[in-house]
Parts: sequence; structure tokens; C-alpha cells
Amino acid sequence: MLSCKEVTHLLSESQDRKLALGERMRLSIHLAMCKGCSRYRKQIQFIHRACQELIGKPQDVSGR
Amino acid sequence: MSGLAKSPVDFETTLVGLRPDLYRFASLQLRDDQLADDVVQEAMMAALSSELSFSGRSSLKTWVFAILRNKIVDAIRQRGRAINVSALTAEDQSLDQAFEALFKPNDRWSADSKPNDWGDPEDTLHQQQFWTVFEACLKHLPENTARVFMMREFLEFDTAEVCAELSLTTSNCHVILHRARNGLRQCLEQNWFTTGEH
Repeated sequence: MLSCKEVTHLLSESQDRKLALGERMRLSIHLAMCKGCSRYRKQIQFIHRACQELIGKPQDVSGR
Repeated sequence: MSGLAKSPVDFETTLVGLRPDLYRFASLQLRDDQLADDVVQEAMMAALSSELSFSGRSSLKTWVFAILRNKIVDAIRQRGRAINVSALTAEDQSLDQAFEALFKPNDRWSADSKPNDWGDPEDTLHQQQFWTVFEACLKHLPENTARVFMMREFLEFDTAEVCAELSLTTSNCHVILHRARNGLRQCLEQNWFTTGEH
């Protein structure tokens, strides 16, 4: 079982590399049960989105 | 920004209007005002001289930013590897401590540091004041941490390129990017999402 701290690292890395199948599975199990980490995920996705916006690349976020 | 560039005058006016945005971006990225100024100047000259290859103003900002990014990448490469990005500064350490403090000994969120609901992203991105806070938070990141993060997010390097360019190991790269994202996240949580719209 991943800890919340480990999950924050994996969530960050998921923006920079393709996670392995096992990592993705453990991540989604954790996220399904942990509200704090689900919010963390949304927050860093939002930061990515804001960065895109800052360089003039508005994008559709539906589904995120 | 709507409508089409009908004449060179329109094009130039729009370009000049983008200058503050371009400068702010370059200066955040390079942390060197003189160099930022030079790079923006070069990007604007390049944009002017290749105006014919540009059609339609809706994407002018995207187009000019792409030119600027290339100029910044050149400047970073020229500046070379003189900078030791992997050195952990006191500022980096204090960001790491702030991160560690979020967790209980079993590495789960402590009760009062669970991430908050940030609400509707679209809504936030449309608020002018948000961008002031966002840029302040970016500037507040330790210099090298910010550099790695911005190469990844703004200059859109692959992670492997970032690591190679700065002579970092892959795992160190990931650690730095995580530090940057979390630092930004905590800064926004403290300075925007608790005092802002909610």
C-alpha cells in the first residue's frame, strides 16, 4: 500500500514520465480511497494548466 | 485579442502589446533582467522579420511565445553548464521541510494539512489577481528549482532533455520537479486559495 507521501511523488512523476502498469494500479487504488491525494492530483494538474495558459496555450480541460 | 491582422501596423501594435508578457516570462525563466531584455528584443525582431509566415492573430501570442522559447533555450545553452543545479540550497531544504511537515510519521496527511478543494479551475484562471499571485509564487521558488521546473513546463523540454542539459540524474530531476510543484502548490494554497475566492 502506497503512503500519501509516495503518492505525491508518483503523481508528480506521472507528468514527466509514463508510469509502469503496477505503479498506475497502486496509484488508482490509493486515489480511490484517499480524498487528500485526489485533491493533490487535481491541484498539480491545475498548476500544469496554469503554466500552459501562461505561455499562451489555452487548452480544454474537460475530463480532468 | 480577436479579429485578424489586416496590416503590418496592426501586427506591430499587437506585438508591442505583448512585450510586457514576453519580458515577464523571460525574466522569470532567466532570472537576469539584462539577458531577458536581450532575448525579448531578439524574439520580437525575429517575429517582425518572419511576419509573412504568420497568419491570423488568434494564435499570435502562441506563435511569438514559441519564438521566445527558442531564444531562451539558446541563451540557456550558451550560458552552459556553469551552474551547479544539483546543489541543494538552504531554500530548497526549507521547501523540503515544509513538505515533510505535511505528513504524520506514517507518511499520511496530517489532519490540518490535507490538500484543499481548489474549486473551479476555469474560474480561477480568469481572475487577473490570480496571475499576480501565481507569478509571485513562481518567483518565490529557489532559483535552480525554478529553472528545472520552467524548462520542463514552459520550454517544454522532455524530462530526459532537462536532466541531460543540466547534468542531473533522472531521479534527481524527478525530486526537483516534485519539490517545485509542491512548493508552488503550498504557496498557492496559502496565498490564494485560503484568502482568495473561497
